[in-house]
Amino acid sequence: MPNILVVEDSPTMRQLISFAMRRIPRSKVIEATDGVDALKKLAQEKVDIILADINMPVMDGLKLVSLVRNNPSYKDIPIIMITTEGAEEDRKRAMSMGANAYLPKPIQTQELIKLVKKYLDIK
Amino acid sequence: MGKDSKILKSAEEFLQIFRRGEEFTKSLLKENERLRYRIAELEEALQQSSNEARIKNYEERIRVLEEELASLKERFKKVEEENKDFAHRYIEVEEENNNLANLYVASYQLHSTLDYDEVLKIVLEIIINLIGAERFCIMLIDDKTTELVPVASEGIELEEIPKIAVGEGIIGTVAKDGESFFSDDIVNTDGVDIYKPLVCIPLKIKEHVIGVIAIYSFLLQKKAFSNVDYELFNLLAGHAATAIFSSKLYTQSERKLSTIQGFLELLKEKPKK
Repeated sequence: MPNILVVEDSPTMRQLISFAMRRIPRSKVIEATDGVDALKKLAQEKVDIILADINMPVMDGLKLVSLVRNNPSYKDIPIIMITTEGAEEDRKRAMSMGANAYLPKPIQTQELIKLVKKYLDIK
Repeated sequence: MGKDSKILKSAEEFLQIFRRGEEFTKSLLKENERLRYRIAELEEALQQSSNEARIKNYEERIRVLEEELASLKERFKKVEEENKDFAHRYIEVEEENNNLANLYVASYQLHSTLDYDEVLKIVLEIIINLIGAERFCIMLIDDKTTELVPVASEGIELEEIPKIAVGEGIIGTVAKDGESFFSDDIVNTDGVDIYKPLVCIPLKIKEHVIGVIAIYSFLLQKKAFSNVDYELFNLLAGHAATAIFSSKLYTQSERKLSTIQGFLELLKEKPKK
């Protein structure tokens, strides 16, 4: 049963992504409102993949990626970044910090599900 | 002499018998050859007729197999077509599912609160995250002045947006007629001309327009409108209007209620002697 951590400050986006993720069979969605909240959830539950927004209050997605990659317990968790920015620079920054993939908003849920399934190795 | 002629006669008879035997043997050999030839002929004919029957049989089987192959090919073609149709329908259902999820989330969020500022924030979020707009504003009609007043914006400073009279330009016309405006393409320009939006949606409660949403640019990756965009525009036109209107009324009534409660508290207070 894959545990999917959705880190997004916007309730609308959080709900939309969680909704899409629940369509992956036997998946469990864990929601976090920012980077700090995500770290708390990571400490509480085993997470198989992280979907994180870049622009968030308290702790943004880039900082979260950096902290996750530097923690031996979480460093191998795949991270998919979701952001409003379509700019190449943001994508490069997220990828250089260790994100596995990048999806610009407005997200196409089918594309997101496909990407998550790929990293969870679900056919 | 008599003895010699007897021997001669016997020899002559023997010779005749031998000759007859020779002739008989010859005729037997001839007959044998003829019969062998005949047998060969018959065997050949038999072989030929058997080959012909076999060929005929093979031909019949080939014909049946060819018919079966054609029928299988036809069935395969039909199944393939059905498969394609199913795959196509699956994609359509998936797309529809996603669209419904988007609409459900948007609708759920819009009606999740009665706080006016929060409702405006949710409308902004929906326009950014679900539609992919970059620069836009929400304007509401001021009942006293009948002007469109900006109440929220993204990518443009709220102070930079002027009030627009109902009926004036594209935005004013949308507010007056209640009909959405979509420009022919969604090519983004560097600057923003407040009076020339790419999309303008009326916020309507039944036929009563309470304001508009004017979109000036979209995110880079947004190249064209999809079906769900139009559904979301329709949803925003109705649900956002209701949510904004009811939250505004609720906030106003809350404010009035707290003022009245304040007065009541004052009245209840005993006058100091």
